[in-house]
Amino acid sequence: MMKFERYEWLAITIMISLFIFVGLIQGWSVSLVILNMCIISAIMTMGVNISWGYAGVINFGVMGFLAMGGLAAVLVSYPPIAESWQVGGRGLGISFALLILLVIAVMYINKTVIQKRNRYILNSLIIFFGILIIRHFYLNATHNIEDVNPAIAGFLGGLGLPIIFSWIVGGLFAAGVAFVIGKVALGLRSDYLAIVTLGISEIVVSVLKHEEWLSRGVKNVIGLKRPVPYEIDLQNADWFINLITYLNSSKLNNIIDVSDRQQVLNNLIIDGSGIFVKLSYAILFLIVMLIIFYFANKAQLSPWGRMMRAIRDNETAANAMGKDVVKQHLIIFVIGAAIVGVAGAMLVTLDGLFTPSGYRPLRFTFIIWIMVIVGGSGNNLGAIFGGFVIWFSWIEAAPLTTFIINQLTVGLEPTNALKLHLLDSVPYFRYLFMGLILLLILRYRPKGIIPEKVRHS
Amino acid sequence: MIDFLNSIIVLLNFIIIPGISYGSQLALGALGVTFVYAILRFANFAHGEIMSFGAMITILFTWFFQSQNIGLGILPTALLALPIGIIATIILCIISDKFVFQYYRYQKSVPVVLAMVSIGVMFVINAIIRIIIGTETIKFSDGQKFIMKAKKFKVMTGLNEGLALKSSQVITIFITILLLTFTFWFLQKTKTGKSMRAFSDNEDLALLSGINPDRVVFTTWIIVGVLACVAGTLYGLDKSYKPIIYLNLVLPIFASAIVGGIGSPFGAVVGGYVIAFSEIMVTYAYKKFFVYLLPSSIEPTGLVQLLSTDYKFAVSFSILVIVLLIRPSGIFKGKVL
Repeated sequence: MMKFERYEWLAITIMISLFIFVGLIQGWSVSLVILNMCIISAIMTMGVNISWGYAGVINFGVMGFLAMGGLAAVLVSYPPIAESWQVGGRGLGISFALLILLVIAVMYINKTVIQKRNRYILNSLIIFFGILIIRHFYLNATHNIEDVNPAIAGFLGGLGLPIIFSWIVGGLFAAGVAFVIGKVALGLRSDYLAIVTLGISEIVVSVLKHEEWLSRGVKNVIGLKRPVPYEIDLQNADWFINLITYLNSSKLNNIIDVSDRQQVLNNLIIDGSGIFVKLSYAILFLIVMLIIFYFANKAQLSPWGRMMRAIRDNETAANAMGKDVVKQHLIIFVIGAAIVGVAGAMLVTLDGLFTPSGYRPLRFTFIIWIMVIVGGSGNNLGAIFGGFVIWFSWIEAAPLTTFIINQLTVGLEPTNALKLHLLDSVPYFRYLFMGLILLLILRYRPKGIIPEKVRHS
Repeated sequence: MIDFLNSIIVLLNFIIIPGISYGSQLALGALGVTFVYAILRFANFAHGEIMSFGAMITILFTWFFQSQNIGLGILPTALLALPIGIIATIILCIISDKFVFQYYRYQKSVPVVLAMVSIGVMFVINAIIRIIIGTETIKFSDGQKFIMKAKKFKVMTGLNEGLALKSSQVITIFITILLLTFTFWFLQKTKTGKSMRAFSDNEDLALLSGINPDRVVFTTWIIVGVLACVAGTLYGLDKSYKPIIYLNLVLPIFASAIVGGIGSPFGAVVGGYVIAFSEIMVTYAYKKFFVYLLPSSIEPTGLVQLLSTDYKFAVSFSILVIVLLIRPSGIFKGKVL
């Protein structure tokens, strides 16, 4: 049973009242846009928090797992392009089969050849010539695929299923990549691991950017299907018009003129449809967030969670007690990455487009880490809180900075060069805020705003 | 024979010279990272931004000198502004240490916490740079751009292939040799350098022998500031200055430092060149080279390119991962200055 302390209730209240505040001041549409991104950020943060907060496994590859989730959204929901499959499907099939053969051959050599030097030489020879052969089939196939109607297609397309399935598939994709990374890198010390995961996430993104047959690369995939109704359909649906009329009946009844009334109603319907769409997204996302939150908490309180904490706090002791530290590290790394992958698929679902070049480490790795640290590592509610607060301040930093600069330079003329320069660079102040928040939290509240509960069990 | 010379010129022009200059920039950067790692014992993610900051100050003063019509003739004005940039970078390093890193050092925090802290510092410096100079691409090299132009070389030697030598490349190589010589001399011969090596080898023992840790740290930041500013400026001079580039540069720099063996200065330098050359060699299209060397009957038809240039960045990481798997301590065993 989850029980919240008083300060935790306070945090929840603050989060909710922030959105009501923005809703009242900047409009409900803005508030919901921020809320949606906050929920997605919170899920990402929970994913990182599970590996870092529970077990102390650092994961700087957030960006790569998000991109894998995004790829899943494309591959699941985009309608298949038959022509591409026809011209390139066979070549791709052959090259993948050869790749699998190559991997098996390397594994076989690793098992049978005992002398280390021979093994290296044999392996490098096989890999070199194997890749040469694979390249031949592969480049032909991809070239053909990319030539199919390059303006709108030029890639394999997807399965044409509802995009909501991609949330699960995205998690699986990210988990698969994380499994490979974990197998390779998890033995490293934590700061090496940070750098390696950061680097591998860059490799993942650069593959997505340049393999156009798979993800359309820098040409982006647009027009992904939504899991929620479109505004234009809502505006023509009778039940929606009735709903809006019913909700605003008192306001509408005050207007006597018929054409005026119709005008006001139309405006209300257009506004309402936008809000309805965002609200449906918010509800979907909230459901996912609560499910993940529930299971994350359950896992943390379980014996498994206790074992993870034991491993985090003293690896040697846990090892001596017979816990398989390497295996558990791998498991928790994969679980954390999978949750991040789910968030990545949700992110693409919300945007309706996939832009591989948009994945930058500053925005998609480091900000998420700031959320984890600020919220409180090891506490799921803290992770959600961190995601909400940091994303909120990331968005609201610009208006706030404009306000502050205008107040500070109120004595200067509007054409003053310094003032203009400062106002031009308003978008960059958010980086300053993020850095300062992180530094202040690390200094004065190193366990985060909502710290992990000390459990004596 | 002519064909052979031509092929050599192709290699020189497209691989060796760019490799050496890019490698020098990486080596200087990696040396800075390695110093922080060996003395302060954390991975400094802010290093790229420190480089960028140094380059920015140099650019600002270059503009100032240009407006005052002070120049160095054929050499870029940036060289005149470089000392001021170095001083500013050193001040930045020492301020960030005093206000941020020092606290955690006294607390004896674990390296991961310090790495997180350095990410905070990275954000702050990043914001300062963008607020001051914006995000535009800035070209600030002036003076004579080429020492040897491709056309002139063709006329001079009568070969088909031209050899272009940018002055920024020569300056890069020259300054790197100077700085590396000085750094290694400092570490090996001076008393402060020796105390730094002792400190990085065994902190407790160094403290017992009366080495003042604050002084060692102070000297380290000075060296890091010099290296970072020079590396950042040279990179900006060679390519062009763009604030966003430096964050991406952090990763190859880390790769260089780790491949060479993090904590080992010599390893960092070697690692820089290894990474630079492999990035260029793996992504270069060797068609031209083989056309000259091989008889026309077996000339290659494709580009003879191992990976497309888009993957330049991925190459350094693949090497990093391979090295970590085969030899986790790097080419030269790291951890000690």
